[in-house]
Amino acid sequence: MFASATVTAVDPGWLAFLSPELASRAQFGWTISVHILFAALSVGLAPFIVYFTWKDVRTGDERFARLRSFWVKVFAAGFVMGTVTGIPMSFQFGTNFPRFAEVAGELIGGPLAFEAKMAFFLEAVFLGVLLYGRDRVSDRTYILSSVLVGFGAWLSGFWILVVNAWMQTPQGYEMVVRNGLEVARLTDPIAAFFTPRLPWMYVHMINASVISVALLVAGVSAYIVWKKRDAAAWNTALKLAVVILLVSAPFQALHGDAYARHVEDTQPQKFAAMEAHYETGSADLHLLAFPTSVDAITDPRAENLFTVSLPGVGSFLASGGDFDATVLGLNEYENNPPVALVFWSFRMMVGLGFLFIALAFWGAYLIYRGRLSESDRYLKAMVLASPLGYAALLTGWYVTEIGRQPWVIQGELKTNDAVSTALSGTDATLTLTAFVVIYIALITTALYVLKWLIREELRDLGAADATDGRWRGPLPEVNNDD
Amino acid sequence: MTDWLPVDAYLVDALPEIWFGAVMFALGMYIVLDGFDFGIGILYATLDDEHDRETFLSAFGPVWDANEVWLVAFGTMLLAAFPRVYSRLLADHYLLAIGFVLALLFRGLGPELREQRDDDRWKRYCDYSFVAGSALAPLLFGVLAGRWIFDAPTLSLPAVLTGVGLVAVSVVTGAAFLAAKTDPELAVTLRRYGITATAAYLGGVVVLLASVVLTDAGGAADAVLSRPVAALVVASVAAGVGGSALAARGRYRAWLATALALPALLAALVAVLLYPTVYPATGLTVREAVVSPLALNLTTVLGFPVLLLVLWYFTFLYSVFSGPIEGDGYGG
Repeated sequence: MFASATVTAVDPGWLAFLSPELASRAQFGWTISVHILFAALSVGLAPFIVYFTWKDVRTGDERFARLRSFWVKVFAAGFVMGTVTGIPMSFQFGTNFPRFAEVAGELIGGPLAFEAKMAFFLEAVFLGVLLYGRDRVSDRTYILSSVLVGFGAWLSGFWILVVNAWMQTPQGYEMVVRNGLEVARLTDPIAAFFTPRLPWMYVHMINASVISVALLVAGVSAYIVWKKRDAAAWNTALKLAVVILLVSAPFQALHGDAYARHVEDTQPQKFAAMEAHYETGSADLHLLAFPTSVDAITDPRAENLFTVSLPGVGSFLASGGDFDATVLGLNEYENNPPVALVFWSFRMMVGLGFLFIALAFWGAYLIYRGRLSESDRYLKAMVLASPLGYAALLTGWYVTEIGRQPWVIQGELKTNDAVSTALSGTDATLTLTAFVVIYIALITTALYVLKWLIREELRDLGAADATDGRWRGPLPEVNNDD
Repeated sequence: MTDWLPVDAYLVDALPEIWFGAVMFALGMYIVLDGFDFGIGILYATLDDEHDRETFLSAFGPVWDANEVWLVAFGTMLLAAFPRVYSRLLADHYLLAIGFVLALLFRGLGPELREQRDDDRWKRYCDYSFVAGSALAPLLFGVLAGRWIFDAPTLSLPAVLTGVGLVAVSVVTGAAFLAAKTDPELAVTLRRYGITATAAYLGGVVVLLASVVLTDAGGAADAVLSRPVAALVVASVAAGVGGSALAARGRYRAWLATALALPALLAALVAVLLYPTVYPATGLTVREAVVSPLALNLTTVLGFPVLLLVLWYFTFLYSVFSGPIEGDGYGG
């Protein structure tokens, strides 16, 4: 039998500021954070693209032609960035975490291959038609292409989350020894694909993408409307985005609440980290939490924070009705995730979620009063809120992923056992640095592209000062059109 | 599901070998399709005229993204069928693999970002990114493949020649693809590059195989001297020489067909040289490295029909954008 490969890297040492494990974790965390922004853009923008394309082709309304053209360009730029940042990620399963790929290959390889074949190809092929094929295919085929691109984006998310949900609540496998290494062998495909976490995660993630993009569309529209009050297309887009937010934001809060209970059932350690709950026993529900010292930021413990809490409600929610129910605390575990990151990320996500609900209701009230495009205060608020959906999405993702540590596959494989033994700290640090530098340039470029598209749109609409001056941050100066 | 899917036996007995073939097929599709994209990117460096540049970008715009997905298909199919090989292959070639994906990143972003802004300096930077990415990606991927197949160090003849060979064959297919789609005047220049690159490629393959026989790199000498390899080399020479003759006569569509055969034959050559192992350094044969029957059966039942569907809509995509490029592009 072939012995397990245990190449140990010889490290020249010049550059090895970080251990291979820490550098690998930072690299994966960083690349997925950037990738997820673009992936969520595709998912969230897909319904907008389908709607604008359908309205444009069917009605010939100039408003929708304008919106389609603008947002398809954003979609295309986002898709390219999603692709170029997504490929390194799938490579990192092999380059940085080969043990994970080996152990879980049989369980995750199938879904990832289905993602490529069923979803990614669909998106890429029909995006080509959507971008370049307006004059080359029939109206019907053109609309269908937009639907297939959107379907591809949502299906892509599904298969990726099949993999991720399995890592959170793994089942449908048994551990066997193959070629001298213990690996997971698939025993029940239905159980392995449809893990308890999947429906929670999929709904929450898709809706988070929709909320993020609705805020982005609302922010861009608000900015353009502010510059050019009578821009009919952008008034339409703003109203549409607010309506979508009005449905999706409250739904996310209700769904998130139920999701948290499911986490308590399946990953009590993660739940305890979300609440900084160390002592096993009755748990309060902390509506708000503030650090009372610097230490409390880096090492939050519920009992040491200033909190606004409902006594026993944590137990009540977790147990489904008992105020005195025991909730396991972090002290029960040998290794805990970085509690501070999980705890504050969770608070930020939830706090932002409530802000979005407030913004949605405010917008709905203005629509009802017929004053949506006239309220400077609302338009400004929406411009400022446009990146916040992404902030909520990322912090939510951190709760999910960092909260699972020290496990890469919950209860089965620890992250530090999954890291490559052939990797040197130097190589890992080198590539981490490259990814950080290049991806920062990438995000900056993406923001510039959005800025140029907006400026071009304003110029096209005839807004007076669209071409003048330099960018002065997110808030423009009020111009003559007001 | 397990009621109708065999749990402890492969759906057909040869399924592991079929999957080896399928993975190699995906690799072949990748180097054929993204190969001409790389070629376009490299040839792009020879242009000064803005109109010609835009023509080149229009030729590749609608399809490159979909072409690149074959890399993901190759990677994920390899992971799904041979996880041990996937993980070892990437972990053992860390810097090459990361360098390759970063080159792909620059190749992809260049043309996409260039059109966002009407500024010469901006366009020039985007062009640098496009050309450098297009040249580096096949070079690094080829070096990685050379190390993989021949178990050779990065700076060795087999690895470097495989890298250079992949660059050369990309130039051949890129030139043929463009010649078939652009105006006759530009095609004359393109066929000159194409014929030169064909000669370089064929020469490189012969030198590479000779050096492998002489040094027995990766223990592949016997495999190189086998009949299938001889047949593939003869077929490659025929395709290269025949293609060049067609190019010289101005029959560009026929040239394209023979040019695309070169990377396809190269993928077949890789398959023949590797089999019965998937990655010689692991010492595992296809049967030893493959996943368990249930997993492979499932991936087959769900994946193969989809693969046919993918091939169908690739045909659709290429038919929509077939024929010469009109004016400054496809519109849109």
